[in-house]
Amino acid sequence: MQYMLLIYGNESAMQSRPKEEMGQVMGAYQAYTEAMQQAGVFKEGAPLQPSATATTVRIADGKAQVLDGPYAETKEQLGGYYLIEAPDLDTALAWAGRCPGASHGVVEVRPVWAM
Amino acid sequence: MLRDAEAAVETTLRRSYGKLIAFLTARSGDVAGAEDALSDAFATALVAWRAQGIPENPEAWLLTAARRKHIDTVRRQGTTKAAAAPLALLAEERSAADEPSIPDNRLALMFVCAHPAIDPAVRTPLMLQTILGFDGATIASAFLTSPAAMSQRLVRAKAKIRGARIPFRVPEAPELGDRLPPVLNAIYAVFGAGWGDPADAATDSRSLAAEGLWLARLLAALLPEEPEVLGLLALVLFAESRRTARRDTEGRYVPLADQDPTGWDTALIDEAETHLLCASRKGRVGRFQLEAAIQSAHAARRRTERVDWPAIWQLYDHLVALTGSPVAAINRAVAVAEIRGPAEGLSALDAVAADPRVSGYQPYWAARAALLGRAGDVAAAQAAYRHAIALEIDPVVRSFLQQRSAGLTETGL
Repeated sequence: MQYMLLIYGNESAMQSRPKEEMGQVMGAYQAYTEAMQQAGVFKEGAPLQPSATATTVRIADGKAQVLDGPYAETKEQLGGYYLIEAPDLDTALAWAGRCPGASHGVVEVRPVWAM
Repeated sequence: MLRDAEAAVETTLRRSYGKLIAFLTARSGDVAGAEDALSDAFATALVAWRAQGIPENPEAWLLTAARRKHIDTVRRQGTTKAAAAPLALLAEERSAADEPSIPDNRLALMFVCAHPAIDPAVRTPLMLQTILGFDGATIASAFLTSPAAMSQRLVRAKAKIRGARIPFRVPEAPELGDRLPPVLNAIYAVFGAGWGDPADAATDSRSLAAEGLWLARLLAALLPEEPEVLGLLALVLFAESRRTARRDTEGRYVPLADQDPTGWDTALIDEAETHLLCASRKGRVGRFQLEAAIQSAHAARRRTERVDWPAIWQLYDHLVALTGSPVAAINRAVAVAEIRGPAEGLSALDAVAADPRVSGYQPYWAARAALLGRAGDVAAAQAAYRHAIALEIDPVVRSFLQQRSAGLTETGL
């Protein structure tokens, strides 16, 4: 079964971090990704560019309405994701708990519909 | 024959419902599907057992019937991908036919119901429904919510169990410490829902307190090595031992301090003491063991004719340190007052008053009123009793508080 780990965090705090601390976070993510790959859990994953780069699209009256900005203007923004393969929720939650993002923000775990 | 079949269905339902649901769901992960299949199976049993007599092993008969229903349902959903599922179930049915008894997966089901990913408010209702077979309307009335709202929450929780694939397993040692307390809390809440309600009769024949005790016994039978499990069972037994002593012959409320120990059920107290002793030997203290030990100190009054308040004070100190619970802090203040007098008790209560949770908690105001009364501050005591009376739901306790308030004198009680 596949689970999506959605990593939410405070963007402005993230961006105002000193360089070396940023390096440590990157290192932690790299180690985490490698651990998931070795365990055969990792399907894919990537960090996202800041929400300032986000654009939302919705169709209103048959026309595409394009707006600058993320879906919700909140302090905590989606900053990255992992797609993992795990036998059950407990395993997925254990991996989510090891994610560096769980220490700075929150990791939402969502089961993926099997199509 | 007709009556016999009905009685046999009823007995099997009471005894085996949770076991059958647990067995079915442990394989499919689908609680709602298992409930539907099992209720169909019970309906079929009622007809078949009337016509053909009661089978030798009613539990196994029902399980086979429920599995057939389940396979039918999966077949009817009929996608190619789902075709593998009935085959696996059929293969399993053949192997299960050789099993002498149905494996007991109820413990795993309890851990699913009280899984951290399940809304805490729905954990106890889920246990009532899946393990004890209570219907949604009965559960809703026990938890003072509308049947529609309760059934919606139950449906959502079951959909999550299946959709997110919450595993049916008993957590192992390192994890058990975190995962067990929600199970204990949910079982204690079943008991508490009945205990708090003197009329406690969820349906004509079942009381929630009795079902909570039954669940605590079941958990102790399944996890006999866990001291907190034994602590919970002891705590529930101590409370149950005083069930009838809480009311006098005219139905009036009798507080613990005024209860006649000869009205307590000694067999239940003895059983509680045995479990508590067994728990304490394991050397891992916890909330339920401490609360049971406090009840044990109260119960000792039946032999010593006096309450060991210093021991109770000490136990509440531990409990407050361990849980930070304002309820424990209020009870600790009462113990302090018994030893050091009402003034010290009141200052201990003042320390809790800052907690926003206590202002709407009846026992806080009742304790405060009693201590103010003993200190001779009648006006303040009456004001505190008014708060307590306004917060109390049970009319019997309310009239007890009114009497206490009316009986206040300047000399102190």
